[in-house]
Amino acid sequence: MSDARTILTRIREALREPAPKRHLHGHGSLDEDRPGGPEDFRAWLPPVGERWSEQFELFRANALALKAEVVVYRDTKDLATQLRQRAAAEGWKKLALARTGWSADLLGQLPGDKVFADAGYDRGAVESCDVGVTECDALVAQTGSVLVTSASAGGRVLSVLPPHHVVVARHDQLVPDLSAALARAREIYREGGWPSMLSFITGPSRTGDIERILVLGAHGPKRLTIFCDQPA
Amino acid sequence: MARATISAQFRTAASKLTADLKHRGWISKSLRGYETSRRGNQAKYGDWNSAREAAGSIKYEAVNHLDRYLEEFARNFEANGGKIFWASTGEEARDYVVKLARDRGVRSVIKSKSMTAEEIHLNPALEEAGLPVVESDLGEYIVQLRGEAPYHLVFPAMHLDRHEISTLFEEKLGSAPTDDPERLTMIAREVMRDKYLTADMGITGANFAVAETGMISITENEGNARLTAALPKIHVALMGIEKIIPRLEDLALFLPMLATAGAGQPMTCYNSLYTGPRKAGEVDGPEEFHLVILDNKRTQLLADAEQRDALHCIRCGACLNVCPIFRNVGGHSYGTTYQGPIGSVITPHLRGLQNWKHLSAASSLCGACTETCPVKIDIHHHLLHNRRNAAQGKQTWYEKIGFRLFAWAARSPGLFRFGGRFAGLALKLRPRGPLDPLQAWTSTRGFPTPAPRSFNAYWRSRKGGP
Ligand code: SF4
Repeated sequence: MSDARTILTRIREALREPAPKRHLHGHGSLDEDRPGGPEDFRAWLPPVGERWSEQFELFRANALALKAEVVVYRDTKDLATQLRQRAAAEGWKKLALARTGWSADLLGQLPGDKVFADAGYDRGAVESCDVGVTECDALVAQTGSVLVTSASAGGRVLSVLPPHHVVVARHDQLVPDLSAALARAREIYREGGWPSMLSFITGPSRTGDIERILVLGAHGPKRLTIFCDQPA
Repeated sequence: MARATISAQFRTAASKLTADLKHRGWISKSLRGYETSRRGNQAKYGDWNSAREAAGSIKYEAVNHLDRYLEEFARNFEANGGKIFWASTGEEARDYVVKLARDRGVRSVIKSKSMTAEEIHLNPALEEAGLPVVESDLGEYIVQLRGEAPYHLVFPAMHLDRHEISTLFEEKLGSAPTDDPERLTMIAREVMRDKYLTADMGITGANFAVAETGMISITENEGNARLTAALPKIHVALMGIEKIIPRLEDLALFLPMLATAGAGQPMTCYNSLYTGPRKAGEVDGPEEFHLVILDNKRTQLLADAEQRDALHCIRCGACLNVCPIFRNVGGHSYGTTYQGPIGSVITPHLRGLQNWKHLSAASSLCGACTETCPVKIDIHHHLLHNRRNAAQGKQTWYEKIGFRLFAWAARSPGLFRFGGRFAGLALKLRPRGPLDPLQAWTSTRGFPTPAPRSFNAYWRSRKGGP
C-alpha cells in the first residue's frame, strides 16, 4: 500500500534534475519562470467587447451557435408572463424548481405540478419533469456559457435531468469571460465556502459519437433556454 | 507478451489497416469535420500561439513543482471532505476501488469516460468481483458492448458507422434497427437513465486538479459525467499525478483550449468543478467522494528531465487527429491505452522501452503533432529521443563487429575506396525477390541505385582539385 509520502518522495527524487528551459518563440511577453496571468489570457483568447450590449450580443451569438435559446425580458412581471406563455405553448405539465434567490416567488407561482428541489426531492420525480428551471451565478459572453452551482441551481441534477433546462438570469450576471466568471464565483462564495459542484454549461447536452454527427440531448437536456433582462 | 510478438502484432495490424482503403477513407472523412470546425474556432482567438505558450508554461510550472502543488491540492481537497488514495501501481488503484465497492455493499457501478481507468483495466477488475459496470459516455458504451478498447482518446467509436451501431444495439439491447444517429443516441439515453438511478457508485476521470482550491475539473459534452457524479451515493474519481494546475483562474485558459484543440469546439458543453461530497444543506450529491491519484510509472517519465514535458499532456487528442500514421494504421493497431503520437512517446516509459520502441519508429517525423499540441509538447523530437534511448547499449554482436570493421576500413583510404566500389557492385548484383538481403526495405520501397562514380573519384578528377 502506498501513501502520500511514498509518492511525493518519489516525485521529489524524480525532479532533482531540472528540466531544460522552455524555448520561447517570441510570442507574447512571457518570462520563463512566470506563467502568464489571467490578465494576459484576455489578449489571447477570443476578444470580448467593452460595453454590456456588445458582450450581450456576443453571448447571444455564441449561445445560439451552440443551439441554446436566449430570450430577453423587461422586468420580473414580464418574465412571469413569458414563462407562463411558454408553459402553455409547450405543454409544461411538471416543473422542477430551485427556489434559491430572487426568482423564488415568481417561480413558485407558475402553473402546473411542481417539484421543489430545495425541500429535498425524489430523483424519480425530477426525472419525470418536463422542465427544470434554475437561476445561475454568471453568464459568460466569450463562450456563451452559463455558470451554475449546486447552491444556485438546486443541487447537482436539476439542471441536467429534465429534458429542458430554463435559466432565469439578470443583466448584472453577464461577465466578459471565464476569468471574470470565476472571480464572480469567488465573490459569491467567499463567506459560505464553495458549493460542492460548479458547472459551466455551454449549450444543451450533445454528442457526436455516431459518425461525428451532432445529436442534442445525449444524456442531459435537449433544450437550453436562457432568459435575461437588459440594463435600464 | 514477448517483445517480438508486440511489435509483430503492431506490424500485422498496421499493414492490414493501411491496405484497407475503406477504413482509411472513413477515418479521414470523420476527421475532416474536426479540421474545419477547429480552424474556424481557432481563428477567433486573439493569439492562439501565445495562448499555447502560456498553457505550456503553466503546465511546466505545475509539473516541475509537482510535489509542492500535489501537497497543496491534497490538503485543500481533504479539507473539503474528500478522501484521497495514493496509488503507486494500477493494481493498488484497482484493489482500492474494488474493496471500497465491497465494503459499501455496492451492487452496480456507472462510469463516465476515464482514460486512467482504461489504463489500469478497472472494468474487468470490478466485473471479476461481481460488480457490473456500465460506461455512460455514448462512444464508450458502444465499444464496451462490442468488447473493444476505445479507438481514440476522445472519439472512442469513430471507426464505426451507424449501421454497425444499429446492428450492435439490435443484438445486445433488442432495439429496432434504425440508421438515424439521433434515434440511436436516444436508445442509449433510455438504457442509461435507469442505470444512473440505480447505481450505488459513480466513477469518473478528471481533466484538471486545481491545487489552490482542491477541486477537480471534468470536461464532457453529454452530461453523463454530471449525472455520474450526482446520483450514486459514492463518487470515485481517478487521475494521474500530472493533472495538477496551480490556480483556479488557469482554467480560463485551459477549458476553451482543450475544447478547441480536442474537438474543434469553442467550449465543451459541461465543464464541472467538484470540491467535495454533498455539503450540509445541499439537496443531492454523493455522500462520499474518493479520489485515486495514480503514479503507475509516471514518476519514471518525470525523472527523465529531457522528456518530462510529455507529462504536460492534457489528453486533448489533437495530435492523433492530425497524425498521418494514426490516420493510416488506426487507433486499435497501437495496442496501447493512449494512441497516436503522444501514446508512442509515453507508452515506452509506462510499459517498457524495449517492448514499445517500435511505436517511436512508426513515424514520419513530420512534426504535425508538435505543431498542433495546445501545450506545445515537442512530441516528434521525443520520438527521436526514444529511438536514441532504445538503441543505446543495445547493439547486437554483428552490429558491433560491423561498426568495428567500418572504423578500421575508414581509417585506410585504399581500403575505404575498395570497400565503396565493392559495396556498389554488391548492391547491383544482389539477388532480387525473396532472397534479397534488403527485403525488409525493398518489399515496400525502391532502393536508390548507387552513383556510377564515387564522390572521392569525382573530387580527384576536378580540375585544380587537391
Ligand atoms: S500531446 Fe498535446 S496534442 Fe497530443 S493529446 Fe496531449 S495535449 Fe493534446
